Amino acid sequence: MLAKKKKKANPEINASSMADIAFLLLIFFLVTTNIVEDKGVLVRLPQWSEEPPIDLTLNTRNVFTVLVNAQDQLLVRGEPVKIEDLKTRAKEFISNPGRREDLAESAKEAIISLKNDRGTHFKQYLAVYNELKAAYSELWNEEAKKRFRKDTIEECNKEQQNEIKRDIPFVLSEAEPTAFGEEK
Amino acid sequence: MVVVKLRESNLKVKAVTPYATELTKLEKKSLVNTMYIGRPLSQFVNQYGTKPRLQLNDKIADLNEIPLFLERHKVKLPEGQRPGITTSMKIDGDVTMGFVSDVKTELRKAGQLKVNYSAKKRTERSGF
Repeated sequence: MLAKKKKKANPEINASSMADIAFLLLIFFLVTTNIVEDKGVLVRLPQWSEEPPIDLTLNTRNVFTVLVNAQDQLLVRGEPVKIEDLKTRAKEFISNPGRREDLAESAKEAIISLKNDRGTHFKQYLAVYNELKAAYSELWNEEAKKRFRKDTIEECNKEQQNEIKRDIPFVLSEAEPTAFGEEK
Repeated sequence: MVVVKLRESNLKVKAVTPYATELTKLEKKSLVNTMYIGRPLSQFVNQYGTKPRLQLNDKIADLNEIPLFLERHKVKLPEGQRPGITTSMKIDGDVTMGFVSDVKTELRKAGQLKVNYSAKKRTERSGF
């Protein structure tokens, strides 16, 4: 005799709202989480050497000196300048569109010299560095437009980027800070 | 509204990074080591004073601990990737350059030349 299969009532959970809840949770966490992403101004420090630096005599017209003092004021080539004007001044110096006698002979020769006091605030230092970097990246972008019909240098390929950066190299020399306005 | 924030270490110093526009994103997390520079938070003032200090990992550290800190990070990575190591410096905007320069000198002595000054994106409104 065959065992009679017992019909068991299959208990079921109503799971139709599960998907809704899962999506709700997913969206909630998407909106409320912010992953700390690390962004910043990338710099390359000069190599350390024990020997005192060689005294290079550069043609003064090729050097763009920027001094930032302990009061966070700027002195560019001997005259006070507001930080808002720094980028324009730097660009004019590097590209020298009017072929002026007192600005850089060519972009290749141009050197930026940055010096600060020990009392300079970091945010001012970074703002100055940022403006100088911005001046160069704007010049690079202009060059990319002129030579390769690209809007920014990032759109150019590696070769083209190197070509632009070879002709307009970002040369920034930083002097040891002077000991003014040291932290109290 | 920020409810969850993923942080790497407990901050013992105040390091509110300044604003900038020329930002580079640090892509490879494993190749980045982070240093914080700022004044100790109020609950640590008795312990560490009010002068700007350096924080490595979870501890306030002295300048002479930098080479070891860098070396510890370096040995974890394969030889080929080591030149790509970047130091992310989260420096408080109100710290003066004197202390920052001292840290920079230590980094140069240790041969760690790729440095990223951490900053927030400046929008038109936040100004200088």
